[in-house]
Amino acid sequence: MSTTRPSLAVFKFTSCDGCQLSLLDCEDELLELARAVRIAKFAQMSRALVEGPYDIALVEGSVTTARDAERVKEIRASSRQLVTIGACASAGGIQALRNFVPAGSYTGVVYAHPEYISSLATSTPISSHVDVDFELHGCPIDRHQLLEVITALLAGRRPVVRGYSVCQECKARGTVCLLVARGTACMGPVTRAGCGGLCPAVGRGCFGCFGPADTVNTGSLAARLRRDGMQARDVARLFKTFNAAAPEFRVQSAAEEAAGEEGRG
Amino acid sequence: MTHGSRSIAVEGLARVEGEGSLRVVVEDGLVRDVALEIFEPPRYFEGLLVGRSYAEAPDITARVCGICPVAYQMSACAAMEDAFGVTVGERIWALRRLLYCGEWIQSHALHVYLLHAPDFFGCADAVELAELDSAAVRRGLDLKKTGNLLMETVGGRAVHPVNVRVGGFYSPPEPEAVVALRDPLRRARDAAWETVEWVSGFDFPEVEAGYVFLGLSEPGRYAIERGRVRSSTGLDLTPGELLHTVVEEHVMRSTALHARLDGDVAYLTGPLARYALNGRSLSPLARDAARDAGLGDVCSNPFKSIVVRAVELLYACEEALAIVESYEVPATPAAVIEPRASRGAGATEAPRGTLYQEYELDAEGTILAARLMPPTSQNQATIEADLRRVVQASLELDDDDLRWRCEQTVRNYDPCISCAAHFLDFSMERR
Repeated sequence: MSTTRPSLAVFKFTSCDGCQLSLLDCEDELLELARAVRIAKFAQMSRALVEGPYDIALVEGSVTTARDAERVKEIRASSRQLVTIGACASAGGIQALRNFVPAGSYTGVVYAHPEYISSLATSTPISSHVDVDFELHGCPIDRHQLLEVITALLAGRRPVVRGYSVCQECKARGTVCLLVARGTACMGPVTRAGCGGLCPAVGRGCFGCFGPADTVNTGSLAARLRRDGMQARDVARLFKTFNAAAPEFRVQSAAEEAAGEEGRG
Repeated sequence: MTHGSRSIAVEGLARVEGEGSLRVVVEDGLVRDVALEIFEPPRYFEGLLVGRSYAEAPDITARVCGICPVAYQMSACAAMEDAFGVTVGERIWALRRLLYCGEWIQSHALHVYLLHAPDFFGCADAVELAELDSAAVRRGLDLKKTGNLLMETVGGRAVHPVNVRVGGFYSPPEPEAVVALRDPLRRARDAAWETVEWVSGFDFPEVEAGYVFLGLSEPGRYAIERGRVRSSTGLDLTPGELLHTVVEEHVMRSTALHARLDGDVAYLTGPLARYALNGRSLSPLARDAARDAGLGDVCSNPFKSIVVRAVELLYACEEALAIVESYEVPATPAAVIEPRASRGAGATEAPRGTLYQEYELDAEGTILAARLMPPTSQNQATIEADLRRVVQASLELDDDDLRWRCEQTVRNYDPCISCAAHFLDFSMERR
């Protein structure tokens, strides 16, 4: 075996571990992958730890502590290519809902001694702290896309990961449009493809877990949803879940909340 | 080695979900202090759920844990249905159990083969183990894949399934898709039988502990997706009642809350507890496998939890197969939900132990208050007690071996520190 295999490291920040699990979910490819790269650090899988520098770093999770804000800089310094995996690392995750409330207001709800807890007032994506070479989206990421990204980086090419919307995937798999045919609230028109159009295929509107597509018109979708009878508060919630802090979604949920307040007043 | 002071640190525990550390202090051959520190940054789920719709709870709480999202979804549904007084049809319950079996198979295969077994061979990970025994690792990966296939077929996705909603499902799977699970499940059942044989031949440290076991029980079958809370000390409660019997303590070293029963009693939830409480309800094949593996009626050696997990893996494969064989599409995909101002609680058996959720809701179904009690925070006090015992009995080991033994002790519990608030940093002081 060649000792010049590129090294792969997996790092975790604030997250649910589901995106790193997607790597272990590559059951048919995992052992082959371990021959193609040297898995130098992957705490979820191995107690072995090889010090950097690393050729590829996969980073899961968002930054929510002062210590992690420093750690991410060290990881960047020791990684040739840094790829974020998932909605937490790429957009702040569900825990970025704290960014919308006054600092500390959640702590007392969960912990009897908020003074034991040290965490930042915000949950921020990795790109807010360091340069990122590639962002893979999804809550969770799609494992086929993950394999494509690793394969592409090893081959020295750009990963083929499309930035168009979920609508394209529904058309490709022949799913009847829920928004048009049934008036079901669906985030598909503004959400990045990658899951394969899973929710509409089970008759459920997309809930936006891959975050905003490359070019989106969130205002147009929101207007349509309200015209179909949805309350502004519920439209705001749709934009305010797993990618709540992604700029396009953040702006739209704020606009809907403002509209909701006005409607009540 | 057993005299004088001694200090060891585990900085970063691997092969668990999440981040934590372990500190042990030994003085003159006696373990003075053991502390499992969890520094997984808090995510404040109980806070961010407030103001959300009841209908969002299954998907939001799933994000607590990528390893056991179905457990979160099922407990959320149970709590909401309890609050709104909803009765869910038996065909939907069967489909829930099938989805849950998928998660058990996926999670148990992951833990047995990739996270826990390498310890018994002195391997750093499953890739190293595959160099010794690639057939075994491939068997584990195939099992895991079958679990994921089940979750994809019923839930639409393996990590954070999309097809679950309060009251049932968005679309029940087509009969053809369910029938297609039969052959993979038959192979998985055989592989699970081999798994029990494989792990029962491992060398186990001789440790016996007296545990208070707590878990769900159901008449006539091994509880997974519903049941009453029972304990080895005779408790018999609803999930809501149990939540008011448990005291969760916030200790300085941890972002996970420590749970204890009234009167400061540490207890254990998870495979050992389920097996002790409900072992007689296992299928004949799983009971045979347990007997051949030498488990007895109760297993109190935490290192043998891997054997119990393998028996449960076998059971989950059989149970899934039985549901597949008799699958009938539910007449309606989900029960009708009519929100009302109410409180409700629900509990289900996550692969690593009982997971409770409780909500207070307004008349529109908006969440006013939420409480989540994951298995790892319940087990934390017992893990510390185990570590104390194991370290005391293993002081002859050198620091590296003792560190590994401690890590293995924590891994016995398949802890999900992401849930409890994740990984192990180990420090030991011998004075």
